[in-house]
Amino acid sequence: MNVIALSPVDLTVSALLILVLAGLSRRLRLGVERQLLFSAARSTIQLLLIGLVLKVLFDNAHFVWVALMAGVMITVAGREVMVRQKRRFLGWRGFGLGTLSMFVSSFTVTVMALVLVIGTTPWYAPQYAIPLLGMILGNTMNGISLGLDRLTQDAAQKRQILETRLALGQSWQRAISDSRREAIRVGLIPIINAMSAAGIVSLPGMMTGQILAGTPPVEAVKYQILVMFLIAGGTGFGTMVAVSLAARRLFDDRQRLRLDRLSLPGS
Amino acid sequence: MATLRLRQLVTRHVGPIDLSVAAAECVCIQGASGSGKTLLLRAIADLDPCQGEASLDGVRCASVSAPDWRRSVALVVAESQWWSERVREHFDHGVDPVWLEQLGLPAAAMDWDLARCSTGERQRLALLRTLMLRPAALLLDEPTGNLDPDSTRRVEVLLDDYRRQQQAALLWVSHDAGQIERVAQRRFVLRNGRLEEGGPA
Repeated sequence: MNVIALSPVDLTVSALLILVLAGLSRRLRLGVERQLLFSAARSTIQLLLIGLVLKVLFDNAHFVWVALMAGVMITVAGREVMVRQKRRFLGWRGFGLGTLSMFVSSFTVTVMALVLVIGTTPWYAPQYAIPLLGMILGNTMNGISLGLDRLTQDAAQKRQILETRLALGQSWQRAISDSRREAIRVGLIPIINAMSAAGIVSLPGMMTGQILAGTPPVEAVKYQILVMFLIAGGTGFGTMVAVSLAARRLFDDRQRLRLDRLSLPGS
Repeated sequence: MATLRLRQLVTRHVGPIDLSVAAAECVCIQGASGSGKTLLLRAIADLDPCQGEASLDGVRCASVSAPDWRRSVALVVAESQWWSERVREHFDHGVDPVWLEQLGLPAAAMDWDLARCSTGERQRLALLRTLMLRPAALLLDEPTGNLDPDSTRRVEVLLDDYRRQQQAALLWVSHDAGQIERVAQRRFVLRNGRLEEGGPA
């Protein structure tokens, strides 16, 4: 493959864009220059570090190291889901609900792809396992956090309606059904949009990267289709699991709506 | 024939409350805003966690499923709530046309859009929605709060008929002294978390 290696000078040229942007932001008093520079620096350091980590990991393709890496990724994703909630569940569930759902869906889908589709040896070969898991996890994280946020906000807003339905003898499942359906739908919108626009409006990042790195376009496209479907599967199942678990948790054993199990908005 | 009995019921700042509402009896509760009248009704309907127990004809609330309990000890909230577009979609078991007429609503009311209903129309429809469950006990939170005098009287008469025909126990929260005079067999004031028999001092 004819990869054109990038020199530090090449990266400096692209970094100029960020500097110019920051300068403009200062001049136009947009007030985002600090955030812009900070996040650019942060992503540079994070990416360089992960590059080193992946290099070590690829050289020592041991199951324990791959599992450890996957564990760190899912923990960070779980935390990210939690902090994006306006009203999150109190106690360990605030973290556990999203993390568990991500674990169930992302890991299942990734392992399925590794074993049944790609067929690498060993099946946990880090060159495939880690990037795949990363892409699936990143999107599942979005779906789950959107879905959970929608569900808890909806329940809080429609508290009186939900309690009226309960007072009419409806089961909790029926009372929450509208909110649950809406929350799952909201969680799935980004991936559906991404699939519809792929190739026409946007060239997905993974495929673009492969093509830049010298892979024939048709091969890159095949991988992109695979990844897209895996992402859709992971996001869909993950969101359904997370929203369903959360909906259950909104009610107690006497089918009372328990909004006191959620934190107050913004806290 | 069903007696609603509360034994040492405590919910937040309300209680302990001991009260028994006999079959075909109407008991009214008054009390200042914030005295906990709504909290008490919610606790009886098992919508809030509470201590003590409520029972219907000796059957404890905790021994039946929550939906079953709420269908037989039914709460009608002060501000009616709706979740679908049309009135009909909220009635699982249809509606008794006689009741509709009794409350001054046309049979076509079932096909109305809720967005076009007045607050008073919604309140009367919400009452019918609950009555269609044929509850043995009714917990009424200001059921005529948004109604004009004519509709108020219609609701009072309908509930009186229901109470006698179904031998239902009624626990009725009201601010209207005249209404309490008309409908109550016994009356209480909720003050400092306790029920005191009689009218306000």
